[in-house]
Amino acid sequence: MELLDFARGPALQFGLYAFVIGTVWRLLGILLLAAKPDHSAPRKRGGILAALKVISSRSVTAREFRQDTLYASVLGYVLHIGLFVIVFLFVPHILFFKGLIGLEWPGLPNNVIYFVGVITAGVGVALLLRRMTHPVLKLISNFDDYFSWVVTMAPIITGLIIPIRFGIRYETLLAIHILSIAVLLTWLPFGKLAHAFLVFFSRGTTGMVLERRGAKT
Amino acid sequence: MSTSKIGYDDAYDLQAKRLSVKKPEIRYDKQGDMTDDERVEKAMLHFVKDFGSTAATYLDACIHCGACAEACHYYKVSGDPKYTPIWKLEPFKQAYKREASPFALFYRALGLKKKVTVEQLEEWQHLLYDSCTVCGRCSLICPMGIDIAAMISLARHGMFKAGLVPHELHAVAERAEVDGSPLGVTPTVFEDRLEWMEDEHEVDINIDQEQADVLVVMSSIEIQKYPQSMAATAKILNAAGASWTFRTDGFEATNFGMLSGNAEWQRDMSMRVIDAAIKVGAKKLVLPECGHAYMALRWMGGNMYGKPLPFEVQHISEYMAELLNSGKINVNKVKQSVTYHDPCQVSRRGGATQASRDVLKHLGVELREMKPGGDYNWCCGGGGGVVTIHRADELRYKVFKLKMEQIEETGAEELLTSCANCRQTFDDGQNHFQWKYSMESLLEVVADNLVEDEQ
Repeated sequence: MELLDFARGPALQFGLYAFVIGTVWRLLGILLLAAKPDHSAPRKRGGILAALKVISSRSVTAREFRQDTLYASVLGYVLHIGLFVIVFLFVPHILFFKGLIGLEWPGLPNNVIYFVGVITAGVGVALLLRRMTHPVLKLISNFDDYFSWVVTMAPIITGLIIPIRFGIRYETLLAIHILSIAVLLTWLPFGKLAHAFLVFFSRGTTGMVLERRGAKT
Repeated sequence: MSTSKIGYDDAYDLQAKRLSVKKPEIRYDKQGDMTDDERVEKAMLHFVKDFGSTAATYLDACIHCGACAEACHYYKVSGDPKYTPIWKLEPFKQAYKREASPFALFYRALGLKKKVTVEQLEEWQHLLYDSCTVCGRCSLICPMGIDIAAMISLARHGMFKAGLVPHELHAVAERAEVDGSPLGVTPTVFEDRLEWMEDEHEVDINIDQEQADVLVVMSSIEIQKYPQSMAATAKILNAAGASWTFRTDGFEATNFGMLSGNAEWQRDMSMRVIDAAIKVGAKKLVLPECGHAYMALRWMGGNMYGKPLPFEVQHISEYMAELLNSGKINVNKVKQSVTYHDPCQVSRRGGATQASRDVLKHLGVELREMKPGGDYNWCCGGGGGVVTIHRADELRYKVFKLKMEQIEETGAEELLTSCANCRQTFDDGQNHFQWKYSMESLLEVVADNLVEDEQ
């Protein structure tokens, strides 16, 4: 079996299974714990609308904190938007999704994706440097933070190398790229990258708890 | 390390002599005779005991972005990363991952998360008690929406059971549990002081009525240090024509069970007031100018009772706003510029921010909001039981300077709040820094300016 066949076949399949099973496991492990009833008389309606409110509102830092968090917020935004564009608007990726779920959508020209890829990788490096040098981040960071950075950056870097080649066979580079994605998918539910789905639950929970108090959310 | 049992009866009284235990600079207090292993086991057990899906969601969601540091006054004034709010939970995060998280099995089997040690918990005593007022500012900045302040309270449950609470706070909480008041106010003392205020201010004060629509409670700080608050409360309730009473069997609103982390004591303290309100058939419980009492009874009272409370709970600022908005009482205009210090548990955490603004509007003052103000206001530094911890004074004064700067920037003539604990923290800060501002009570300003015809 060629490396590419392995990457496209068993490796990617393992990654996808690990992603789905790990995500379900983690979510059930959290959500199946008993929820404590709140007997206080609500000031406002909590519920799902309150959850949705905070899920959306926390995407923007409150004005009062903006100055202090500006650098990290801007980098964070660029990283996340960049990742979205690369993953979902690159034509070969769209074809992959079409094969997986049967849906397709318009993509962006390859050069635009490469440009976004370079910017995203650059921002990733800036965020890593910040984590390694900022006193707060240095203190609170652990293996998960650094390993998650590696597995997130690897598909971007390996993807950017494909058109450059460096004298390496296209099939080999593509196989490495797909393998890096398999590693990312495998790791995602287990570490901090799970914030991709946990964010909806943590923000939503706070929305429901604090909104019914009429407190600032 | 000190395990001595000094008398801490006056720990909550800022006018009493503060303990001058300077050495060692970092002191780990311990209560009870337990082995280190037992302490860790108890801490973890009682941390996990109160664990639900909400806490699990929060502890699993942190992305280690460090944004919460920027919202914390302790980090802001010190620049020390150990004051990063989420770091204050580190041993408990570690314990959660190892013992209760969805992948706990793997963490244990592969040795990815070590067992929490008693040394860690001792070290974290300073972070969980001395340097957190549970003000909840960090909860507003977190991009993942984690309510870090709520998690601190949960961690304190574990610390209390492990006997790892600062001595002063433990003593104050114990006194409140045994005597019914953190300052030793007995029913007789309460009644005496009410009668004194009745004479002093020539106001009718209802005590131990058998039936009343409104039960009013006070905090020991007010009873002992600001007794005029009791007269002011009576003046307002009389002017409103309310059927009301104080009760000597349920008068203490503060809840040091909650602040120290003893859930059973928290329940006992809440139930004294709840039982008294039920006994008189109260339709409404009016809480005094006390921030944490609002959290304890307005938002946690029903949970202590085990079902919804059969009466409404209001902070005095909410009650005054209701009376003023409905025209049941009226006030004379006060032509002054004022800045208002929002008690964290009433405004940011409690949702009653607008009530005090309504009252101030009726008073006709020129309100000069602090920046940041309202729900984003900096805490005074005395909440969460911190004011009782004498070894935390130095850090508390540093935090208070941040508050002073904020207030001075407004250029307001008067400074008001609606929390006696904030008020005594301000009084202490004023004294320490020889500061020009005196903290005044919103309640007392309303009482002083009541339109007499309404009475």
